[in-house]
Amino acid sequence: MAGGYASLRRVVREMTPQAVTALIKDSNLKGRGGAGFPTGMKWSFVPMGDDATHPKYLIANADEMEPGTFKDRLLLEGDPHQLIEGMIVGAYAIQADVTYIFLRWAYRLAAERLQRAIAEAYANNYLGRNICGSDFSLEMYLHVSAGRYMCGEETGLLNALEGKRATPRAKPPFPAVSGLWGKPTVVNNVETLCNVPHIVNHGAEWFKSLSHTGEGGTKIYGVSGKVKRPGAWELPLGTTVRELLEEHAGGVRDGLKFRGVIPGGASTEFLLEQHLDVKMDFESVQKAGSRLGTGTMIVMDDKTCPVGLVLNLERFFAQESCGWCTPCREGLPWTAKVLQAIENGDGQPIDMQRLALHTKLLGPGHTFCALAPGAMEPLQSALNYFRDDFERHIRERRCPWK
Amino acid sequence: MLSEEIKREIEAEMHHYPRKQGVCIEALKIVQRHRAWVSDESLRELAEFLEMTPAELDSVATFYNKIFRRPVGRNVIFICDSVSCWIMGYDRVREGVTKLLGIRLGETSADGRFTLLPNVCLGACDHAPVLMINDDTHLDVEPAKMESLLEEYK
Repeated sequence: MAGGYASLRRVVREMTPQAVTALIKDSNLKGRGGAGFPTGMKWSFVPMGDDATHPKYLIANADEMEPGTFKDRLLLEGDPHQLIEGMIVGAYAIQADVTYIFLRWAYRLAAERLQRAIAEAYANNYLGRNICGSDFSLEMYLHVSAGRYMCGEETGLLNALEGKRATPRAKPPFPAVSGLWGKPTVVNNVETLCNVPHIVNHGAEWFKSLSHTGEGGTKIYGVSGKVKRPGAWELPLGTTVRELLEEHAGGVRDGLKFRGVIPGGASTEFLLEQHLDVKMDFESVQKAGSRLGTGTMIVMDDKTCPVGLVLNLERFFAQESCGWCTPCREGLPWTAKVLQAIENGDGQPIDMQRLALHTKLLGPGHTFCALAPGAMEPLQSALNYFRDDFERHIRERRCPWK
Repeated sequence: MLSEEIKREIEAEMHHYPRKQGVCIEALKIVQRHRAWVSDESLRELAEFLEMTPAELDSVATFYNKIFRRPVGRNVIFICDSVSCWIMGYDRVREGVTKLLGIRLGETSADGRFTLLPNVCLGACDHAPVLMINDDTHLDVEPAKMESLLEEYK
């Protein structure tokens, strides 16, 4: 494998941990798991120096479970060593002692390949004691989850890894200071970590120059739904919705019309035809009223019922709520029931107000973690953009798509 | 009694975690691999081995989708019911399978051959609709071809 682990050899021989973190900060790499938090800044929160608490941990979040998201699977199956290299470099930057890959159970092929790649990395002294002859030592383990959406939430993941229910933890303290078993911990998404070796090899300026906008790098975008060529592509960050939809995915299938898109996994707000020229980067999508999220979009065509689609999403969130806090545990099933009633033709005009009220009661600031606020994002935008379709269900006492 | 083999497999994973309890999800999966599901008896045996209370271990076992606390058939079908698959024809796939097997979601066929379970997004949305049978992922599932697909699983 040409150039494999070059970045690792370089950092352990030539760079201080602080210099690695500074480099990632300079590159402007933002988390690719959905929240878009600056990676270098996250690393810089970890206590460093001789009196820092050990062991410290770095975790690759490979629990890809956001509906409509299938990008990390490609990286895990296609090049497990790229991830492992990025993890070791990240672990060096924060001086971690142990790293875990937290993998969802459904990715069986990825599990096999990762297990083999970890063994190869140990055999070549990229893991274990005194890596590449340096003072740096690191262990890496694969944890295959038993399945639950909550495991993707940073602190839920920590509890799951400790062998507990994946309920979220209160912040602060933040995981960088008190995470796994109370020790300093960084959790990064797979795609985020896969960028790290390339930034070390080619520099921060090179990385920044890859994107169409001020936000650095590339993004693995995906398109699913009734388009001609569903798929995933690595493209400059800031590629427009239109280019993804029309050029790469080939547009919606013949005989169908485009109605909208959920741009970044189930917990993002709809974008419409008027947003097609929005650049898919963190800032631009936010300005358009949604979020980049995971960058894998779900296309809604005119033969797909918006109420049915949102019902599907809210049933998912209701099922996957961990039950830890009341607004989420009680509010999401209630939301799903109201939507089911509307879809069945049993809706009442007041249900529109009930749904709108829930988008407030379950919104940011009312819940322990981001699951319920995320669940409200597609709903509130659907109430806004597809209000006529909801009202028609209620008025005609049926689903017009059935 | 947990067999020596099960204990050995659990102990091989234990050093990945600084505390014994950390291995419990892995341990539940190991027990399930040997016994197909986690019965009350299995749960008690495992709890004792891990120095946990059965209630503590059960709170974990019942939280995770992939730990079965009820018996399952020889093969388990997981149909993805999340949004991309729903758009691409999940309903037809589900109707096809339920009709073929004569069971509904959550049920096991009378001959013990199949258990049918809904599953959240399987992360292969560009090939929706998707389902898994045991450890195998099946992409672009067509209801018409379901019968021959199931033939492979005895």
